[in-house]
Amino acid sequence: MQASIPSIVGQMIVFFIFVLFTMKYVWPPITKALEERRVRIAEGLAAAERGAASLKEASAKSDEALKAARVQAQEILAAANKQATQMIEQAKATATAEGEKIVEHANGEVARQVAHAKEELRKQVADLAVLGAARILKREVNASAHADILQDLAGRI
Amino acid sequence: MASAEQTPAEYVTHHLQHLTYAGDKQFISLTAWHLDTLFFATILGLVFLTIFRIAAVKATSGVPGKLQNFVESIIEFVDNSVKDGFHGPRGFIAPLALTIFVWVFLWNCMDLLPVDLVPMIWAQVYGAMGHDPHHAYIRVVPSADMSATFALSLSVFILIFVYSFKGKGAGGFAKEFLTHPFGAKMLPANVLLNTVEYLARPLSLALRLFGNLYAGELIFILIALLPWWAQVIPGMGWMIFHILVVTLQAFIFMTLTIVYLSMAYEHH
Repeated sequence: MQASIPSIVGQMIVFFIFVLFTMKYVWPPITKALEERRVRIAEGLAAAERGAASLKEASAKSDEALKAARVQAQEILAAANKQATQMIEQAKATATAEGEKIVEHANGEVARQVAHAKEELRKQVADLAVLGAARILKREVNASAHADILQDLAGRI
Repeated sequence: MASAEQTPAEYVTHHLQHLTYAGDKQFISLTAWHLDTLFFATILGLVFLTIFRIAAVKATSGVPGKLQNFVESIIEFVDNSVKDGFHGPRGFIAPLALTIFVWVFLWNCMDLLPVDLVPMIWAQVYGAMGHDPHHAYIRVVPSADMSATFALSLSVFILIFVYSFKGKGAGGFAKEFLTHPFGAKMLPANVLLNTVEYLARPLSLALRLFGNLYAGELIFILIALLPWWAQVIPGMGWMIFHILVVTLQAFIFMTLTIVYLSMAYEHH
């Protein structure tokens, strides 16, 4: 066991050389890299945060657009329904009117036919009456001379 | 392992002899050079500087490699320790703390080598060089040599004064030395107390590290004297415990350096 002064002095010199080397060539590059990485990580985190924020914004925007589209679709659907109902109503009304018109027309026709038939019948009755009377009277009634009477008869029937 | 012609005492003594160049056998030698300590300490320092320099050259701010990760974690650990203890410019003191921590750690790690490995190789080499292999002395743990630990602690001692003058100026330092802690009226007591305090710092710093590692080495040597089948359990136990000591002593040396320089730099 011995402490040797020359060794101590030599060791001290070596130590200071090592410290100076570390100070100049080891410490600065590594701490610089560490600091740069710290900055880069901070930037990356900030960018990620910005990305998340813009994603949130975009999703909110798309939600809004979706909602608006849904409302619009609802409106369009409602308008279409309304229009369809209207068209059906209109068609119904038209059909009803048409039907009524046809019925009316048919009624008119019936009435006319009935009147015509009545007229026919009346004429035949008049003819029959005249024929009957002529037979009864055994003489020929002048149809033209008694036309007004016959007409009157026919009108009464 | 003790050879046949060696008594245990001779074996232990042999292991505690330095490889010296010239010099006397005095406890404090003015002439001896501890070549083994200087050699291993320098080699370990160069290992440290090489690894860290490679990492520094390759350092990127992008994704770090494994070496860079390792080096960065050590540097951040040291930087945080310095930040916690020293409130001033860290341009010199942080690299100083890093050098102390890693260098002392590597010194201490030499204690984990088998105690006979390097001495046996050295005996072969020494014999091959035409000398008597029985006088092939070598000690591989620099921190188990007071020369190495005192070199560090005296460097720190010098730096304590440098930082005192830088932080307080020569006048401020003198004032604190003369009037602290009892006030100007108790000047002799202050001087006495401060002198003891200042001298205790390098002494305790160096002797703590030296004592721990010297004792550790000695225990390993004593375990090596046991029969081979009895070495495993105590050897393993001491080794595991010593891993803790190795790291802890390096950390303590670094931390105390920071604390002393911080005390020197700041006003009280």
